[in-house]
Amino acid sequence: MSIKTPFKRVEGLGSAKDGTEHFWRQRLTALANVPLIIAFVWIVVSLNGEDHATVAATFANPFVAVVMLLVIVSALYHAKLGMQVVIEDYIHGELAKYALLVANIFFTFGIAVLAVFAILKMGFGS
Amino acid sequence: MSSTSSSATSGQARKERPLSPHLSIYKLIPNMIASIMHRITGVALYFGTVLVAWWLIAAAAGPAYFDYVNGFFGSLFGMLILLGYTWALMHHLLGGLRHFAWDASKLISKQMSTKLAYATFIGSGALTLLVWLIAMLVR
Repeated sequence: MSIKTPFKRVEGLGSAKDGTEHFWRQRLTALANVPLIIAFVWIVVSLNGEDHATVAATFANPFVAVVMLLVIVSALYHAKLGMQVVIEDYIHGELAKYALLVANIFFTFGIAVLAVFAILKMGFGS
Repeated sequence: MSSTSSSATSGQARKERPLSPHLSIYKLIPNMIASIMHRITGVALYFGTVLVAWWLIAAAAGPAYFDYVNGFFGSLFGMLILLGYTWALMHHLLGGLRHFAWDASKLISKQMSTKLAYATFIGSGALTLLVWLIAMLVR
């Protein structure tokens, strides 16, 4: 005899209040990362040794800018999910764990917004 | 001291409970090394995003600052970091593809997963060399 309400039982989410969403998003961003990282390496390699004018002109191309935005968003979301698992696996002190989980979100969001701002600035022609 | 010592004793008692076997008890097999490297490269790439953002901000900032940042990446130290970055990216990419196969219950046998672990090491090294070779050629 369970003390759970029928709704809670059918939800099946337990005390974590969370199902396979983390796993699903981790794999979804991983799938997106495969072509995006190949494109990212392509862009960086093709710009090897080029001067500022060429690099700025490349990112002024809407296609390059949009691909680079997708790279940043997908990779940093994936990084956030991955680092969360690493923290949860190794850090067991409550305060340290939650401090690092929060820092992880702040870091990945911060880096993503910095990169997105830079790409948009070049994309819209600085 | 009595109250602190009693809490220390209860802490001690908790530590004495039996534990399931952990990493140190298993023989280190290629698949384990590949798995550990997948996590380490993931953490490395996490902090490596700072370099990507730095490079993009430099490009958006203008020629003077871009040349300064380019100078760093072009230095021996900078190139070593980028070489390591490239390898970490390739290793994590191939490791991710392995996980996709395993998610589909494919290539998951003992023999096949060992082969895949070796393929990840060799493949990531080969892809890193290929990327750098192309980067040198297009320069």
